[in-house]
Amino acid sequence: MAILNGKKAVIIGDRDGIPGPSIEACVKTAGAEVVFSSTECFV
Amino acid sequence: MNGYPVLKGASYTLAVTPDMVIHNGTTQTTEQIVNPDSEYLKELPGHLRSFEDAVAYIPNQVYIGNAKPADLASTEFPFYDKKWPNASRDGKYGQIMPQDEFYGVIQICDVFDLVNLEKSFAAEVKGKLAAQNLFTEAQLAVLDKNESTPEAITALVNDEHAEGLYMNNKLVGAIKRAHDVDVNLSAHVMLENLVTKASNVISLIELVKKAGVAPEEVDYVIDCCEEACGDMNQRGGGNFAKAAAEIAGFTNATGSDVRGFCAGPAHAVLHAAALVKAGTFKHVVVTAGGCTAKLGMNGKDHVKKGLPILEDAIAGFSVMISEDDGVSPQIRTDIIGRHTIGTGSAPQNVIGALVTNPLEAAGLKILDIDKYSPEMQNPDITKPAGAGDVPEANYKMIAALGVKKGELARGDIASFVKDHGMTGWAPTQGHIPSGVPYLGPLRDEVLAGETKKAMIIGKGSLFLGRMTNLFDGVSFVVQANDGSAQGGQGAGFDEAAVKTMIGQAMRDFAKGLLGEE
Repeated sequence: MAILNGKKAVIIGDRDGIPGPSIEACVKTAGAEVVFSSTECFV
Repeated sequence: MNGYPVLKGASYTLAVTPDMVIHNGTTQTTEQIVNPDSEYLKELPGHLRSFEDAVAYIPNQVYIGNAKPADLASTEFPFYDKKWPNASRDGKYGQIMPQDEFYGVIQICDVFDLVNLEKSFAAEVKGKLAAQNLFTEAQLAVLDKNESTPEAITALVNDEHAEGLYMNNKLVGAIKRAHDVDVNLSAHVMLENLVTKASNVISLIELVKKAGVAPEEVDYVIDCCEEACGDMNQRGGGNFAKAAAEIAGFTNATGSDVRGFCAGPAHAVLHAAALVKAGTFKHVVVTAGGCTAKLGMNGKDHVKKGLPILEDAIAGFSVMISEDDGVSPQIRTDIIGRHTIGTGSAPQNVIGALVTNPLEAAGLKILDIDKYSPEMQNPDITKPAGAGDVPEANYKMIAALGVKKGELARGDIASFVKDHGMTGWAPTQGHIPSGVPYLGPLRDEVLAGETKKAMIIGKGSLFLGRMTNLFDGVSFVVQANDGSAQGGQGAGFDEAAVKTMIGQAMRDFAKGLLGEE
């Protein structure tokens, strides 16, 4: 996950997949800065 | 009252509205604003299906009850290039209505003279609708009042802020605004609300015709669509329920609206079941019309991949929940899953809250439920758009939790999905696919002894309203009637209660051993 260290992340989660807050928690532990995070519904 | 509320009947309807895809679906209306010369808008009309093709589409035949969910599961994917051999607009649970007749129903549902249809078009529609035997002579006579010429209709759209109604891209009618300033009563909102009301009314009438519900016996009606009606002083004031039930002739009913995004129907069934279980009402109908905004929602991907526009129908459904008749499937009001504020949004937490927690509390295992009905979106629509197979994703997550809990082996995940899941057949009309499309087939399967227990799961995306980041969902279990209302086999024996009593006795015993008395 070193690829995310020090990077800015834009997160679009999926209601029926992995929601934004879960991805957010993961990328933060990998050292990324979350600049935008939301969960969208595609159905 | 002994027993549980029962699933007395269900109806499902579609109105195929290809012109509304172009003029009222938000994917298309947004494109017309931001990119009016786009290739998508040019190509779109060539991808709209005929009424006959929409009728023959196998997922639509499953929705109205002419084919079974198992028939779709045994159909090779994709579905859009296949036809159901004995397809009919008339279904076991309802019907598929063509666009022209649906415009007539919209006018019958309009009690404020907002809908104008071109005179000859209205006369033609009246004849077709009369043949359907859905409305009274007095209701059909509303269509005789149309005196508008094509020029008058055009003037309403061009000069009076009205929304057009089109057939093959030709203007045949208009819906006027209901106020000159209030955006909540604009022509756009009035069209959306009259469409949901009309599709709701068709489903209520089909509930009477196909499920044998006596309209005068219904005490209460709950609408669970995702639209809002009201004016600038009470934007979501509501009561689509009573408005639709009035047109459908449910003269002894009152009602109200329940909202919860896509989870609305599951919440509404819980409300209905609770009202019946409490003895407040004997017969409660949960009902909803469809949504113009979602027409062609994934159209860009469908056109890009050379598919027909598959989101070309306004859906509706109605379900009657009644006091226990000793025969119909029971809704277990004591096995309820709920996504709480503290649950969070991680998928395993969500499925835990909705599936495993309520089952565990009732002493049931994941495999004790024969069929799960989560979001039953048709993968023919969602997969080409990159949204995956939504029901399958839910089944895999349920199975994964089952593996984690030691209730099934890792190698059994695929067979769990096949045996306890179903291939989605519902149109992507938001609340429509949310668990409830299975209630009709489920009732038949339970009465035929094919299915003993099923779980209905509704999920809702509350974050879309920008009031909270929370997710939502509720679930309930439907089971074969145990005869508990009539002193039958199950009378006097409540398995869950017995388990609770044994558990309490063992805890007391353990405390005694530890000297904690």
